[in-house]
Amino acid sequence: MRKNSPQSFLKEVASIPGSNKISECIQCGVCSGSCATATHWEYPPRKIIAMVRADMRDDVLSSNSIWFCVSCYLCTAHCPRDIRPANIMHALESLALKEGYKPPTHSPAMYQSLVGSIKRNGRVHEFGFMFKYYLKTNPLAAIKMLPLAIDLLIHGRMPLMPKKVKGKDEIKAILAKVTAGGAQ
Amino acid sequence: MKYYAYYPGCSMEATAVPVELSIQAIAKPLDMDLSEIEDWTCCGSSPYGSVNKVEAVTIASRILALAEKTGLDLVTACSSCYIVLSEARSLIKENAELAATVRDALATVGLEYKGTVHVRHLVEVLFNDIGVEAIAAKVVKPLTGLKVACYYGCQQVRPRYGFDDPEMPQWLDLIAASLGAEPVPFPLKARCCGSSLIISEEDVALQLINKLLTNASENGAQCIASTTCPLCHTNLDAYQSIVKRRFKANYNLPVLAITQLIGVALGLDYRALGLHKNTVSPKDVLAPYKSKLQEVKT
Ligand code: SF4
Ligand code: SF4
Repeated sequence: MRKNSPQSFLKEVASIPGSNKISECIQCGVCSGSCATATHWEYPPRKIIAMVRADMRDDVLSSNSIWFCVSCYLCTAHCPRDIRPANIMHALESLALKEGYKPPTHSPAMYQSLVGSIKRNGRVHEFGFMFKYYLKTNPLAAIKMLPLAIDLLIHGRMPLMPKKVKGKDEIKAILAKVTAGGAQ
Repeated sequence: MKYYAYYPGCSMEATAVPVELSIQAIAKPLDMDLSEIEDWTCCGSSPYGSVNKVEAVTIASRILALAEKTGLDLVTACSSCYIVLSEARSLIKENAELAATVRDALATVGLEYKGTVHVRHLVEVLFNDIGVEAIAAKVVKPLTGLKVACYYGCQQVRPRYGFDDPEMPQWLDLIAASLGAEPVPFPLKARCCGSSLIISEEDVALQLINKLLTNASENGAQCIASTTCPLCHTNLDAYQSIVKRRFKANYNLPVLAITQLIGVALGLDYRALGLHKNTVSPKDVLAPYKSKLQEVKT
């Protein structure tokens, strides 16, 4: 998708906070063996790390794999080298989003709706973000979810309007400063 | 009385209202003062870190800075908030460039984060600061004979910001036992509930939930005593009927947050504990433990 100097992908991943130890991975495969959802991944965690180091940017960022990470941290608890594979998967997700890859899963759309809700309201408004997410991805699925939504509504667990939070302006100012500073 | 800076997190205002009600209800009787951090905003949650890590850490740092001003330990009952805030804290400490970004961003709103605040999970506070003996001493309705499967989920114990074992944790079992309940063996007690994949990859998450509930039920549990994590609670409770239909399962496992269970044993009002807001009704399993105070329909 774009031209890179050798290993630029590895460097880029390693520069994201929490992913700095990727080069020290010994490819033991313990992370893949521990992973809660690896059976659904096109390439399991160990392989993803190997592919990053082999500069296979397109294959990594367009696959469904990283998006199945449920942040269970079993990999991180078991890794003998303290590589924190979960963080690496999160870092790769952010790169895939930034570069506009379209992996075959709705998780990216869900994450973006959630972050949009935080930016708009200062806090996550669960109903609002789910509504936006379903509209964006699959309005028909929303109908299927209606019984659950009604169940939560009658149990007082699904406020329809977001709360007004003063701090949301501070979040906006904080984020504006981060963007101005050029952080990726 | 022990004092804390309490961070509820967004879900406690919505899907996790029953959990939040029970936390507030048991705080006083257990001599905990949980003063809510004023004007708190979202910690970023796991997904924000997958969209932009630097932004995510920075908005988490606002919470750390606000809590630090109080001079108290920051306590949250949401396992996701717990690791997001704990991780932000350690990343700021180990990454000077990130620390500088955070400092400049917080300065625009007149805040400063010095790196001194402690981030703690409510379950850890209940176990270490309050203690099982003190909890047991307050029990008026022992839960004798109630077989519970204690569910920890992932982020309360991994990647180990606390001290409980990351794979075979004990704290919830010991708390439940102090109430007179009988914790059953539950090998999957610290396995994933599917987290937010329940929204975007429902099939995967439903499978994980079914495995957990099946494992608990096969070990003889009458109900789940869960971590206070909103996502864990919602996935096991609110999605249980969908899971049962999908896998033609016949278990029926009310999911009580450990704080709800404590409240029952303390003889508190069922409504005050949010039990009427659980979608899998705990009415039948709790029937033997009702005190006169609790004659409210659940
Ligand atoms: S467990 Fe750690 S060292 Fe082993 S392959 Fe996975 S990341 Fe690499
Ligand atoms: S944190 Fe993600 S990558 Fe690691 S074991 Fe869990 S699902 Fe797999």
